[in-house]
Amino acid sequence: MKAVLVFFEGLRADGHRDRVVPSTGFTATLTTLTAGAMAFLIVFALALSFAASRLSDRWADALQGTATIRISAPADQMNIQVERVLAILSTTQGVDAAKALTVEEQQALLEPWFGPDIPLSNLPIPRLIEITQTDDGFDAQGLRLRLSAEAPGAVLDDHMRWRKPLVQAAQRLTWLGALAIVIIAMTSAAMVMLAARAALAANAQVITVLRLIGANDAYIVAAFVRRFASRAFIGAVIGVVAGAVVVLFLPAETANASILTGLRFQGADWLWLAIVPPALACVAFVATQLAAQRVLGDLS
Amino acid sequence: MIELENVAYSYGGGELLSDMSLSISSGAFYFLTGPSGAGKTTFLKLCYGALVPTVGQIRIFGNDVRSMSRDDVAVMRRRIGVVHQDCQFIDHMSVQDNIALPLAVSGNKTLAEDANIKELLAWVGLTKRAKAFPPELSGGERQRAALARAIIMSPDVILADEPTGNVDWEMSERLLQLLLELNRMGKTVLIASHDLSLIRSAKSQVQARVLRISNRRLQLAGANL
Repeated sequence: MKAVLVFFEGLRADGHRDRVVPSTGFTATLTTLTAGAMAFLIVFALALSFAASRLSDRWADALQGTATIRISAPADQMNIQVERVLAILSTTQGVDAAKALTVEEQQALLEPWFGPDIPLSNLPIPRLIEITQTDDGFDAQGLRLRLSAEAPGAVLDDHMRWRKPLVQAAQRLTWLGALAIVIIAMTSAAMVMLAARAALAANAQVITVLRLIGANDAYIVAAFVRRFASRAFIGAVIGVVAGAVVVLFLPAETANASILTGLRFQGADWLWLAIVPPALACVAFVATQLAAQRVLGDLS
Repeated sequence: MIELENVAYSYGGGELLSDMSLSISSGAFYFLTGPSGAGKTTFLKLCYGALVPTVGQIRIFGNDVRSMSRDDVAVMRRRIGVVHQDCQFIDHMSVQDNIALPLAVSGNKTLAEDANIKELLAWVGLTKRAKAFPPELSGGERQRAALARAIIMSPDVILADEPTGNVDWEMSERLLQLLLELNRMGKTVLIASHDLSLIRSAKSQVQARVLRISNRRLQLAGANL
């Protein structure tokens, strides 16, 4: 317990102690700047992570529980085959609903690719039937067999082929964002440690004096740790605010591009930004603590 | 208070000090003399736990230096006031804050001691320089500020390493008077100095014991100084 108290001694405010280390200096500015830059990067890594996570959820949701049957047949047989497939589907276990897309709906789907003026009726476009599955799903293999027997022009697509790699890719992006955050945090720790070591070296006289007059290690370490933790905190606040402003100006999600997603934070995601400054301050706290303890260990 | 038993110290290479035994008794006034480089500063450092002997045992206030943790050493130093020849301060803090620093460091800052600081500043004659910064002080003022800092915790022992090394004779006398006064208040004082006239001057006022380091050994010098 005592060790824990000593470890966190650095967080306690102490007017006299806080003045023991000179407040200005190049390392001070550098630490704040570094923390700011790192926080700025973290904001984007977070944005990437959240966007990727939303994407994978959306793709998984949108494609899960649905399947499509594509019917290619000569024009005169088309309607017959559509009817037949719908009849088969109505008796298939696991199919909640099946609906043949109308020509207008198909046209809307193709419009982004071909433009609005395509005379769809003149083209041998296959008809699509949209299937909504029940929670248990249907036996895709069995359905395929029945379809090939009764409606040879019908092909079942249960979206698995699309869904898996897309969802996987999006999940990997989420992890990549998380990994980037970890690396940024580690880099911040290394930079703060270097800055702390420089500050400790620059203030060797202060440390010698303190040691001579009976200051224990906790006191000396605390004099430095509070400085660095607060500098990292201030820097991180600036960095997060700057990052958030930039993210705000990124294109937001629109209805047209619903397959993609905006990089903007949504709803509660913004709250994560509030965690960044204290987290970076913690990283600086621990890094300075370690650096200071190492330096003091060499001192008699 | 401080006991040395067959102590030797070497910085690597040959021994600088060897086979020293001494018991520094409470309330006594000591001089430590010897040529430059004989190991006076090393001896003092052994006495306040900045160095650990390579051979032998040192007990400070009854505790073996070897068995002390870093924090034990820190707490022990609050009972030993040290004045260096080239006394260092925290240069961006005022003289008064520097003198009060031991109080802050040991968590003892109270209003009563605030009055103490004023008294102490007056005693060492630095009242007017209280708000000055250490780099602005003259050599003698620095020594007196260091002395004030060394005794603000009311230590049992005062170790001074060439306190008069950088100051003129008049200032030396003044510092000596301060140290003699502390000794009369019951503090143990040990001054390392090669200034024989200072030692003579002291011996006429107090029963000082003179230790001499020669040939790496500690000897109790006779009265023939």
